[in-house]
Amino acid sequence: MYSKYIYIFIMIAVIGLIRILPVTLIRKKIENRFIRSFLYYVPYVTLAVMTFPAIMEATNSPIAGAVALVLGIIAAWFGLGLFPVSIICCVVVFLLEFFI
Amino acid sequence: MDKKQAYLNGLRDGIPIGLGYFAVAFSLGIIAKKAGLNAVEGFFASALSAASAGEYALLSSMIAHATFLETALISVIANIRYLLMTTALSQRFSEKTPLYHRIFIAFYTTDEIFGAMIARPGAVIPQYAYGLVTIAVPLWGFGCSAGIIAGNVLPVRAVSALSVALYGMFLAIIVPPAKRERPVLVGVCAGFLLSFLLSRLPAVKELSSGTRTIILTILISAALAVFAPVPKEDPGPSESGSDRKSRP
Repeated sequence: MYSKYIYIFIMIAVIGLIRILPVTLIRKKIENRFIRSFLYYVPYVTLAVMTFPAIMEATNSPIAGAVALVLGIIAAWFGLGLFPVSIICCVVVFLLEFFI
Repeated sequence: MDKKQAYLNGLRDGIPIGLGYFAVAFSLGIIAKKAGLNAVEGFFASALSAASAGEYALLSSMIAHATFLETALISVIANIRYLLMTTALSQRFSEKTPLYHRIFIAFYTTDEIFGAMIARPGAVIPQYAYGLVTIAVPLWGFGCSAGIIAGNVLPVRAVSALSVALYGMFLAIIVPPAKRERPVLVGVCAGFLLSFLLSRLPAVKELSSGTRTIILTILISAALAVFAPVPKEDPGPSESGSDRKSRP
């Protein structure tokens, strides 16, 4: 119970600092090319790592999760936004789990 | 533009953002329930962090009983893109914008709010940002609460379906740049593949998912930064968000 709040506090503090430090400290542009490149790639890589294989473990049937992943990628590839892609993934799992 | 009008415009543009947030936060609430949060705790954890991937990383850490250090590290990794965004944002304030406005807006710089602010020409008007925040952030919090409460009541199959909404959103973030840019595509594919391997191979499969995320993110991103550095003349930070306003 006690540690639950420590976890949440750590997250809020870290996220808050990450967001606030640049606007208070960094007034110039970051020049180091490696750091800029590294920071540029981090968000995409980290989301990819967190999505798979976790999506297969989130659903009752791993197959439904895998199909949702593939169809979600296709939907996003053809330019659908956040909301439609999420809905497609949900609907796919909902329908597939009638059969699996 | 006068401040009141800017605020009203912000409210208007915040509605679609907020509706999307509600749906995704609902699926986050289902996980939050597993991590032992009640509806009130879920609301505040969400409304004070306003970060989907970051919150997901936190909840995974809690479920896995990760150490506090590990939780702090994974929070840095999962949220480091905000460092890019608010760095870009720091260039977009008018010189007259007081520090407290800068800090508050930076605190609520989510992917979508950043996109909406940057999509408008000229300096960021604080009141416009506050309009966006007024609608979007509470809906994010209530969505999480609703997921914690109703995740319990919904049939198992519906919960299973809703729990992939979050991953759908992650896909909507990573796929479009992967389609445009070869290095991002390589990074995403490597992330999928190595993350799968590390979760299955003997010896390393005992690593917690948080540690796995940290290690792989650092290794793959560093490799990409060495072999495919971003162009020198590009306005580095702003490209991570300014051109994809409709996506988080």
